[in-house]
Amino acid sequence: MLAREDLTPLKRTPLHGLHLALGAKMVPFAGYEMPVQYAPGVLREHLHTRKLAGLFDVSHMGQIALRPKSGTIEDAAKALERLVPQDILGLAPGRQRYAQFTNEDGGILDDLMVANFDDYLFVVVNAACKAQDEAHLRAHLSDDCIIESLTGRALVALQGPEAERVLAKFCPDVASMRFMDAGPRRVDGIDCFVSRSGYTGEDGFEISVPAESAERLATALLTDSEALPIGLGARDSLRLEAGLCLYGHDIDTTTTPVEAALEWSIQKSRRTGGARPGGFFGENKILAQLASGAPRRRVGLKPEGRAPVREGAPLFVDAASSEQIGTVTSGGFGPSLNAPMAMGYVPTALSALGTRVFAEVRGQRLPLQVASMPFVQNTYKR
Amino acid sequence: MTTLYTSDHEWLRIDGDVATVGITDYAQQQLGDVVFVELPKVGRALKKAEAAAVVESVKAASDVYAPISGEVLEVNDELSGEPALVNADAAGKAWFFKMKIADKSELGGLMDEAAYKAHTA
Repeated sequence: MLAREDLTPLKRTPLHGLHLALGAKMVPFAGYEMPVQYAPGVLREHLHTRKLAGLFDVSHMGQIALRPKSGTIEDAAKALERLVPQDILGLAPGRQRYAQFTNEDGGILDDLMVANFDDYLFVVVNAACKAQDEAHLRAHLSDDCIIESLTGRALVALQGPEAERVLAKFCPDVASMRFMDAGPRRVDGIDCFVSRSGYTGEDGFEISVPAESAERLATALLTDSEALPIGLGARDSLRLEAGLCLYGHDIDTTTTPVEAALEWSIQKSRRTGGARPGGFFGENKILAQLASGAPRRRVGLKPEGRAPVREGAPLFVDAASSEQIGTVTSGGFGPSLNAPMAMGYVPTALSALGTRVFAEVRGQRLPLQVASMPFVQNTYKR
Repeated sequence: MTTLYTSDHEWLRIDGDVATVGITDYAQQQLGDVVFVELPKVGRALKKAEAAAVVESVKAASDVYAPISGEVLEVNDELSGEPALVNADAAGKAWFFKMKIADKSELGGLMDEAAYKAHTA
């Protein structure tokens, strides 16, 4: 059970009433009352998303517009590059990119999606970090940008092989989008922002919709018999099969992007020898690690047996050693993989594929092998 | 044969000095799809209320506690190969283990079916 540490009233998303009507089991998550599952349960919801289409309410996430005071999008892009090690200036209009806010130690304050909407940048951040992210943006970008928290918008994700067909009924243009395309679109006559991205490893879309129209849009998408509402439980097992990080678990202020094996998200232009090397928080550490590696690394881990190895399990080099070498940061059972799976940090010397390590679970040492991720092949439409 | 229940949603079927232990249908519904079951070793002397077995769903691991004290006589190995049996037939084929009843007086603290139904209502 999830323990509530304070008595702050839980917030509700614009789809709260719909969740209750659909029979969701609601739980507290990041200060919100969120659906963890519906009647079919986590396993079936997970498999349905991979087979047909799943609709997720992710309205708890933060949506922020960064508008350049100069009126020139490049100025907003350059400003944001002070906070992330990614190439934002090179992000073309109508495109989206994965990024991380870093701190002075090279740790990750949050991970985010950034889209170029032509005259402003559209940013999506994690629910638990959104107040802190907004303050961080205001503290560092206020000279260059108007920072607008888009609190009047809901966010839904439609994911799975049938997502394109279902969404195209209400917005034919989405069929021509490819992975990581993003921009304003009219969906069923509603002014939305649509991106071809998600958090499941499946092809699919995220749709930002004005709060007052969110229930109408969600209901319209769910009229398709192949689209089912999916809760946070399946969202977590889907993202873990896809090898995607969960902030606060797999990445946090103590892990750098290099340790987290997110080098792929740091473009050449921001690296040593690139057009705009460094210039972000933690640049010394991150650039040095990009050049010569980090002492530890996030890896995929496949338990050799059937027992799931969950978050927090300590890792050891063998069945007897008392010296802990790392920790599992996410772990569970993969319904599509039909096997347990995990990710965690190990010393880089032990990060090669096939390396055997041991996790302690209920007093027993269970063998796992370092495995490639994603655990289940993604189906992005590139 | 008498069936008794614990407030932690285990059932015990009493047959002489042997109790067969499983989790209730209510418990399996709360857990969701079971993907892994860990059973105690045969011969282990269980003390009442200690963790005896583990059931895992996609989401989480939950302990199954020894409802009474006694030695484990037999475990249901079928659950290792087919954990979903717990969802399909919690009160029947998906029994977890059989134990020797060490102290019959411990049965006095358990619920009968009517009391358990009231407990989960």
